[in-house]
Amino acid sequence: MYIVVVGAGKVGWNLARELIGKGNEVTVIESDASRFAMVEEELEHAVHYGDGSELWVLERAGVARADMVIAVTGDDEDNILICQVAREKYGVERVIARCNNPRNLQHFELLGIKPAVSATDLILRLIEHEVPRYGFLHLLDLPQERLEIIEIEVAEGSPAAGALVKDLGLPDGSLAIAILRHGTGFVPLADSVIEAGDEVLIVLDTGLETKITERFQPPAEAA
Amino acid sequence: MLQEGHQVSVLDEDAEALALLEKNQDQAWEDLGGQFTVGTALEIDALLEAGIERADAFVAATDGDNTNLVIAQIAKRRFNVPTVVVRVLDPARAEWYSQQGLSTVCPTAVAIDMLQDAVRAEVKG
Repeated sequence: MYIVVVGAGKVGWNLARELIGKGNEVTVIESDASRFAMVEEELEHAVHYGDGSELWVLERAGVARADMVIAVTGDDEDNILICQVAREKYGVERVIARCNNPRNLQHFELLGIKPAVSATDLILRLIEHEVPRYGFLHLLDLPQERLEIIEIEVAEGSPAAGALVKDLGLPDGSLAIAILRHGTGFVPLADSVIEAGDEVLIVLDTGLETKITERFQPPAEAA
Repeated sequence: MLQEGHQVSVLDEDAEALALLEKNQDQAWEDLGGQFTVGTALEIDALLEAGIERADAFVAATDGDNTNLVIAQIAKRRFNVPTVVVRVLDPARAEWYSQQGLSTVCPTAVAIDMLQDAVRAEVKG
């Protein structure tokens, strides 16, 4: 793939290095002269000097033949515009934008710039993963489609422990799609048995979480 | 615009900008009927406080092209402001965004025209 990365800060530089290492053709654009000089020592011709929100700079980097443009500057408005121009003027099919201030995510959404990646949001989400509030992990969120995939552990003494998948009593709008057990996973059948300690992946309509978690936790009085 | 009888609300991230508005004026900006809000353009709360919801016209004229282009699109698409004007210094982007339906004003292009006219007038004269 040919990938244009705008912004050679910590994120952009490391991203470029990884992408090059994976065999992609990459051009990084950096507007700060001293930063550019530093990155150029390592990446050589793969880094261009210039303001990546200017059209001629993007054109010089070959934006029109790029398979993907990734805007990771420290300015959200720059990232929005770079992605907007890449997609709408140069027909780049895939764009990824970094959102520095999570409060600006709404602007990315309004202008159709997605996916927008916010480090703050990612860390908040990781915190939730590490310290699950409701006993499950969010693996995937598709907010527009109102679908999500969660991973939930089967507690000892819960209704799910020892039950067949078909008897799980999951609400309509949810489905067990995989069971992880002893380091391996499989796609369950209706008569697969769920054991305490299993981790079950469930796809569900947003909002069904509580109805689902109660099947995997011991009854309140036993807890 | 204020002197023409319009209601004008100014949003600036620098509280001191108010002093500029009041320079060479006898009265304070707010006594003249103007509104002044301190905040940055991408903050929805600041825009709301400045009264964007009831605005008939919105001018994006900060010193950043990118900020102006984003905020103008927000004014247009999110708040449905009927008239939106954007200052874009970069002629290339001013042209492309005006093709996309934004009303852009490019001071650079205007200055180039004026300079050319001045040169031609000198040459002829």
